[in-house]
Amino acid sequence: MAASIAVVDYCKGNLASVQRGLADAGFDARITDAPADILAADGVVLPGVGAFTDAMTTMEETGQADALRSVVAQGVPFLGICLGVHLLFAWGDEGQPEGERLAGLGVLPGHVERMAAIDANGAKHKVPHVGWNSVEFVDGFAGRGDAARLFDGIDDGGYFYFTHSYCAVPDDTADLVATSEHARRFAAAVARDNVFGVQFHPEKSSHLGLRLLENFGRIVEARRS
Amino acid sequence: MLTKRVIPCLDVKDGRVVKGVNFVNLRDAGDPVDLANAYDEQGADEVIFLDITATHEGRKTTIAMASRASEEVHIPYAVGGGFKSVDDMRQMIAAGADKVSLNSAALADPSIITAGALAFGSQAILVAIDAKRASDGSDKWTAYVHGGRKDTGIDAIEWAREAARRGAGEILLTSMDCDGSKDGFDIALTRTVARAVDIPVIASGGVGKLEHFAQGIIEGEADAVLAASVFHFGELTVRQVKEYMAKQGIPVRL
Repeated sequence: MAASIAVVDYCKGNLASVQRGLADAGFDARITDAPADILAADGVVLPGVGAFTDAMTTMEETGQADALRSVVAQGVPFLGICLGVHLLFAWGDEGQPEGERLAGLGVLPGHVERMAAIDANGAKHKVPHVGWNSVEFVDGFAGRGDAARLFDGIDDGGYFYFTHSYCAVPDDTADLVATSEHARRFAAAVARDNVFGVQFHPEKSSHLGLRLLENFGRIVEARRS
Repeated sequence: MLTKRVIPCLDVKDGRVVKGVNFVNLRDAGDPVDLANAYDEQGADEVIFLDITATHEGRKTTIAMASRASEEVHIPYAVGGGFKSVDDMRQMIAAGADKVSLNSAALADPSIITAGALAFGSQAILVAIDAKRASDGSDKWTAYVHGGRKDTGIDAIEWAREAARRGAGEILLTSMDCDGSKDGFDIALTRTVARAVDIPVIASGGVGKLEHFAQGIIEGEADAVLAASVFHFGELTVRQVKEYMAKQGIPVRL
């Protein structure tokens, strides 16, 4: 039986392209908002649509947040996409009153902050960062096990589609897998044990993105057996 | 570094591509979703579906098409045409469109731009401007509506500024003078708008050969170039265009 992957619907957004990307690669991917489905799946994808505060508030109310923390603790492979990677971190302030912060899932140490608009030379860059940008692996990438496996068949410097105004800032640089540049270097991919996160949208990133989704499915399959 | 984009545009009526398309190896040359995927294969960075359907029933077909595209197309896509309210936009975005393109409705009531940007984010709101040069040939342009048949008398450059100020994420700028000419973009128009706003400008109207695409970016200072017939009739492929642009030193995704 194909590995089951829960695509978590916390935002009532359109998640069809994530679900189809995984299903076309042969996995039993289902869109769900039920904590029970999240707990039962072999792998979990947390896609990204919306803002940090709205998403976290909804997920805490529905019990999705507890289910997600639980599967992460059990070692179930978990992929956060865009906002989905922000939610993995300790805290963020998107959608919060000035000076206040809201706790995320707290799976990874670090926080979420607004993208820089001015680079080291004083040049202005547009925020939101929207479009195709290259993704560079960090030093020692090849020895990163499943984190490297997520990028199987994808070359260093490959282009992915981004659309976001905020980015994750891990406390522990050992959690960084790949970076990209817009005004300054920011986290394009992070990973720790069974937890993976990408700032870009693999479901909108043509062949390379579909390859990444397939690679995640393979990791789910391998961990299941 | 963000790349410059190449965007094929498909005219869609009642869920079918209307302008003739001459593609080999395509299951159904009239199906917008199949065509979008063919362009993805060629390396298109996104696609725009321009809905020219007039009827209510046809509109439902377009929403169904957007919904199918959200499952099958794995690059970003925009849908343009026919939006009169935030609810119209919401239906299309809920169906899966990454962006919606506003034209006549925004000129009739510019507050729709802000309302859309607040509801869906600026990145989801494209404002399309059909600009025509003054009849004396000077570097002045006005915005047209109704498929370029009606002059609003509104200065196109000022309108681009206002659209950006009101929250548009991008300007899709078409020269009515150059559209269909195959003589290249209106470079003066493109550059004037690109310098007037600090949001991306998509140059449209007039490309006939490889050089024109690079000119739009280098001389016109556009962030993206859009074309329809040169791609549909197979005169050029998206890949040829991007390879040419790369040789000219333009950052593109190959």
